[in-house]
Amino acid sequence: MSESTYVQLLDLACGAFLLAGVLVLWRRDLTAIVRLFAAQGAALAAIVIVLGVWQGSAELVVVGVALGGLRAGLLPYLILRALPERGGPGDGEGRETQPLVNVATSLVAAAVLALIAYAVSQPLIRLAPSPAAQAVPVALTVLLVGFFVLVTRRRALSQVVGFLLIDNAITATAFLTTNGVPLVVELGVSLDVLLAVLVLRVLTTRMRAAFGGTDLDELRELRD
Amino acid sequence: MIGAILQVVLVVAGAPLLVGLMRQVRARMEGRAGAGVLQPWRDLRKLLRKEAINPHGTGWVFRLAPLLLAATALVVTAVVPLVTTASPLDGVADLFAVTALLALGSVALALGGLDTGTAFGGMGASREVTVLALVEPTILLSVFALSVRVGSTNLGAIVTSTVNDPLAVISPVSALAAVTLAVVIIAETGRIPVDNPSTHLELTMIHEAMVLEYAGPDLALIEWASAIRLTVLLGLLGSLFAPWGIAAAGAGPVALLVAVLALAVKVGVLGALLAAGEVFMAKLRLFRIPELLAGSFLMALLAVAASFFLA
Repeated sequence: MSESTYVQLLDLACGAFLLAGVLVLWRRDLTAIVRLFAAQGAALAAIVIVLGVWQGSAELVVVGVALGGLRAGLLPYLILRALPERGGPGDGEGRETQPLVNVATSLVAAAVLALIAYAVSQPLIRLAPSPAAQAVPVALTVLLVGFFVLVTRRRALSQVVGFLLIDNAITATAFLTTNGVPLVVELGVSLDVLLAVLVLRVLTTRMRAAFGGTDLDELRELRD
Repeated sequence: MIGAILQVVLVVAGAPLLVGLMRQVRARMEGRAGAGVLQPWRDLRKLLRKEAINPHGTGWVFRLAPLLLAATALVVTAVVPLVTTASPLDGVADLFAVTALLALGSVALALGGLDTGTAFGGMGASREVTVLALVEPTILLSVFALSVRVGSTNLGAIVTSTVNDPLAVISPVSALAAVTLAVVIIAETGRIPVDNPSTHLELTMIHEAMVLEYAGPDLALIEWASAIRLTVLLGLLGSLFAPWGIAAAGAGPVALLVAVLALAVKVGVLGALLAAGEVFMAKLRLFRIPELLAGSFLMALLAVAASFFLA
């Protein structure tokens, strides 16, 4: 792989990663949000695989494939299973009807977050300028957008997706800034995330069974 | 120079044909026979023969608006690289000038709509300006993202650099800019899903509401200018992302002929795709339009940001 092909592929993967993260803010349908999250997982895997092929490290490629399997396959599958059935009793649950900040404003907020991420990551890039390090602002933008989703969305499942966006972004930052994360560390992180999602999924299901809804704002007030 | 004249003549004559083609594609896909590609020209001829009428109480703003709209559309046609990258107005063939001219035309029409003092005119003008406020910055940003690579905001220079290095189109920056530009072109020219060009339902129309009071030659001028704007914007989209066949400065007659054919094919295909897309799509609710446009603004901004931090 020549230098320019490597840079082009890396940039394309980073662009897809960023776009999927930002589009999560745009969609209201929870199924579509989860699909976008899966696409982002695939883009993350592509980033890691491209880095692995460029560095000639088989371990990195294996990590990338495993990441893709987990984040584009298993995690979205688990979240989709927790969604209420279409046309079923809890169908209104499948949409993020009223986020705390409306969609148009949150899209503009995402634009501001992208600029902040760019400004903040400049010192990081100057430490060791390389094509991979230059893509760090992309990962930081997704991190901030993930926080934003976590803060402004009401449904439990979109908050789970927000949490996973943050995790995707942290993983991407780790791979972009270093020459690959050791397999053991990545395995530990991935299992942690998997466990967190499983727990949150059970929690969501229990919440719906107990209260009939997953609007977290309604759970803040104390009742008799 | 010959190229530029050819370009203006081609767009001026071809714009109504493009509208006719799009209507014909829609009609065929909806199972109707359609009125034929030449119908917009026949409509224009009919309108031009009618007597000019001004509603009571309208002033010079109302009379000037169609002229200003048509004039800005013509200048933009001469400036934008469609057939040739060498524009006689090279000094102003700048993306800022083009965006400003387009905005000037839209604002003139909105003022004309307000000047009638009718409820629909005011409503249409207010909606048009709401859309405009998000569309103009997005056009600027999306083309600006492409200009970063070239180091010049001259549209001719951007297109020339893409001709010399076709692979540069495959990058996240271009992809984002292309999607954004497509969305804002749909919004700017008032097509589905932002506005329905064939509606006359008061509650949903944007562009139509502004021009309700115009009749005769004034209406003909407005329709013709709108068609030119659609053609120029589709042509610009083609030139920026698929600049094949476009003639360089000082090209011979054969190259110009190829460029004319390439432009006709590109704009025709884009128009047919747009019309085909409209058949399968419903109009967005008015309150959802700012979301769509804010989304495309965000993508344009990301394209600009990416052109700085990924390059």
